[in-house]
Formats: sequence, structure tokens, C-alpha cells
Amino acid sequence: MLDEQRFGADEAPCLSVRHLSKRFGAGCPHCLAPEPQLERNVCPRCGTVHAVRDVSLDVFPAEIVGIVGESGSGKSSLMKCLFFDEEATEGDVRARPFDGGAANLLALSPQQQRAIRNTVFGMVYQNPYLGLRMDFSSLSNIAEQMIAAGSRNVGAMRARGEELLERVNIPLSREAEPPRNFSGGMQQRVQIAKALSNNPPILLLDEVTTGLDLSVQAAVLDLVQQIRRDFDVSMLVVSHDLGVIRMLADRTLVMLDGRVIESGLTDQILEDPQHAYTQQLVYSLL
Amino acid sequence: MSFALSPGQFVGITGRSGSGKSTILRCIWRTNLPERGRILYDSARFGLLDLAQATQRQMLYLRAFELGYVSQFLNALPRQTARDIVLKSALEAYGADDRERAEAETERMLRHFDLDESLWELYPRTFSGGEKLRLNIAAAMIKRPRLLLLDEPTASLDNASKLKVRSLIEQLKAEGTTMLGIFHDLEFMDGLCDHEFNMQEGMMA
Repeated sequence: MLDEQRFGADEAPCLSVRHLSKRFGAGCPHCLAPEPQLERNVCPRCGTVHAVRDVSLDVFPAEIVGIVGESGSGKSSLMKCLFFDEEATEGDVRARPFDGGAANLLALSPQQQRAIRNTVFGMVYQNPYLGLRMDFSSLSNIAEQMIAAGSRNVGAMRARGEELLERVNIPLSREAEPPRNFSGGMQQRVQIAKALSNNPPILLLDEVTTGLDLSVQAAVLDLVQQIRRDFDVSMLVVSHDLGVIRMLADRTLVMLDGRVIESGLTDQILEDPQHAYTQQLVYSLL
Repeated sequence: MSFALSPGQFVGITGRSGSGKSTILRCIWRTNLPERGRILYDSARFGLLDLAQATQRQMLYLRAFELGYVSQFLNALPRQTARDIVLKSALEAYGADDRERAEAETERMLRHFDLDESLWELYPRTFSGGEKLRLNIAAAMIKRPRLLLLDEPTASLDNASKLKVRSLIEQLKAEGTTMLGIFHDLEFMDGLCDHEFNMQEGMMA
């Protein structure tokens, strides 16, 4: 929930990203120079793909920040770098809930990064196969996440698991079933429950409604809204669906060819876009 | 264009459609980015602030706690009942810990703005224009905004509903709300505004 004390000049972001870049390829003097001429996001000389280029952003407490852009614009690569699924080439990422923002998370040991994945970030992938163990029961999926964060009390884990499954509207009669048996929308809800298991202060949502039918999308979006209201978490939401962004995000960044080309209040981005590409994107809405 | 608005005043802007009335409100609310000029606003939290230059976070704060924006269109999320929409607004203003007060205030506001109790648990998608408007006003007023922006609140309403809106505005004015409203309906504005401006082709006439 919005808190009056949090705003103002002295407020501090809970997640702060500076100059994050991700390259696939070694790069060459041409594309590593400042302001290089690339073909979209590929270096014409050495073929290096610049998936994320010099992205900076802040997410404030209890805020939802949206990232829009077409396929290949670097949205998911950015998320993967933040969740350490991919190793960022350059950049500085700080999370206040972790250590007050003292350390650059990208420079930590893999062991510390695993701990951050388990306690500071919750990730919900577009593809539930990436976030869930499909052959374990839904309850075990949540327990696994809690064990990774140090829980050992079986009773407490079961209680928390049931609480979360109930929260995401999975009937408890099906808590022992593996998500493999579930519909896409249910799998997504189990994934959200799992991401919430250790009460992470920051949720990363990557195209969570893509591929779901409309009524199921609506249920997942409502759930995300409720979670924000009830758990006070900050979220970074990636979607190519402007409707999703309009509904969820307070502020929005637009990505194109790996770069952030525009950012603003969500309604301003959608109603009065400044960049030619954003205008094209918004006006192609049916 | 330039104009000023003192606390407790109701200033109306009239003009034909396309004259730029809505754009002014949208610049203050910052859905539109002003290209030039200043919008000086006396904020309780930030002091004198130029809304044209305010940070995104400052605007989010002002929208949550100091400014209200009302039109006859729903800008609420789908699949929320009328009560939920006003309650959400109340929770934003009072904080989630004060749920009891927020719930009580929600009911008071719904009654205050004459929304029939049979409508409270319904989705406003099915409401008439006048009902939507009163709901929007309830959601905006529950925060006691320092400045309320009214975007053609009477457009496409029938006469009886217009009269209701008029008495509502009189009521808000009596309660000391500072308001900036745009109307294309000159008659309706008659005798209601402290100041009235007419716009033509983006300029004050």
C-alpha cells in the first residue's frame, strides 16, 4: 500500500539498476565504443548481439514498474540478468532489502546470488516449466523454495504452502497433485504461490499472462493486484501486452533494441507517447 | 495560456470540443506532458511545485493524496464492485492498517453521493452515465483532495442527472473543495463558477 512517508526527495528505491548491459559475443572496438551504430541490436562488424544496452531503472517500495517492448527488445534478457539466470556483462544492481543497498549484486558469489534468488526476489516466468518442478506436488514446490531459504520445520512449511495455495485459489484438495496435471492458468497460479513462499520484497513477473485465455488472464491479473495490496511487494512486470501494463504498472519503461527509449507515468506513456516507436506501438492497439 | 485558482474556488473552462479544454486538465494530471510553461501548485507535502517539471514519483504521490480527477468514464479496474473501487481509494488515502475507518467512510461516501445501496456490490460497467459519475466523485472525494479536476462531468447526461451533478458540485463547493472544471455546456455553468474562461483553438478567448 502507498505510504505517505515513502515519497519525497529522500525516498530510496528498493531495487536500483544502473548501466546494465548483456552482450552475446565478445564485442569489438566498433560496437564497444560509446553510441555505436548497430543494425537493430547486432554489431555489423563482429556480429555480437547487444541484448541489453545500458539500462538503468529504479523500483520503489510497493511500486509496480512495467517494461514494454516487442519481442527481441531485451525485456526478458534484462529480467534474467536481474535474477542471475544470465550473467550480465556489465552493470550495477542494488537491493535495499538485502543489505541496505551496500553491494553490487552482480559482483557477489554464486552462493550469495542463490540466497538472493530465494529470499529477496520472487520470479514468475512466462513458461511455468521454468519455475516449477512439474512432477513434484504443488505443496512440495513451495516447500522446496522454503527449504532453499533455510526452513526445516515441516509443519510450518505445510501451513505456509496451504495458506499460499488458498491465496491463489488452488483448491487444497489438489495440493498433493503435481502441476503437470493442471491447466496453464492453474500452473501460473502455483508458480506465483511458489514465488511468494519466502515473502520476497521484490517480485519479477515475465509475461505472466501470455498464452493464457482471456478469462484466465483476468484471474491472474486480479491476483497480482491483490498480492500487491496485501503483501506490500514491489514488482517489475515485463509484458508486450499494453493492456496488462495499463492495468498493473504505476510507471512504465519502453524498450527497443536493448535500450530504454522512453519512460514515464503509465497513462502518459500510453496516451501521450513521446518517442516515435512508442507512438507506433500504442497506436497499433486495436 | 494563463490562469490562476485560489483555494476554495471553482473555476470553469468552457469552449467547443477541440478547443483544448481537456488537454489543460490532462496536463495538470500529467497524462499529457506540457511542452512549455509552468503549472504552479501549492502542495501540502512538497510546497510550491511546478507540475510540468515534477518527478514521476511526485506525481504518483499527488495523485494518491492531493489531486482528484473525475470524468463520467470509468477509469477503474475491471471486475471490481462499486464498493471496492471507493474502498481502494480510501485505503490508499488512510493506509491499509485503518481498514475499519476506510470501510465506514466508503459507505458514508456512497450514501453521501446518492448511490443506491442496491448498486454497491455490482460491477459499474452496467451503471448509467450519472451513476458512474457519482461513483467516480465518491472515489475521488473520499481522499479529500486539495484540488479536484472535473472533466466534462455533465456530457451526455440527461437534464435530471445534470441537475443532480449541479447540486453535487454546489455541495462540494460548500464543503470548501477547490475545483477546476471543463464544460461545453454553458447553461449548466451559469451562476456556479467563481471564474469562467472560454477557450477557442487552444487559446483563452
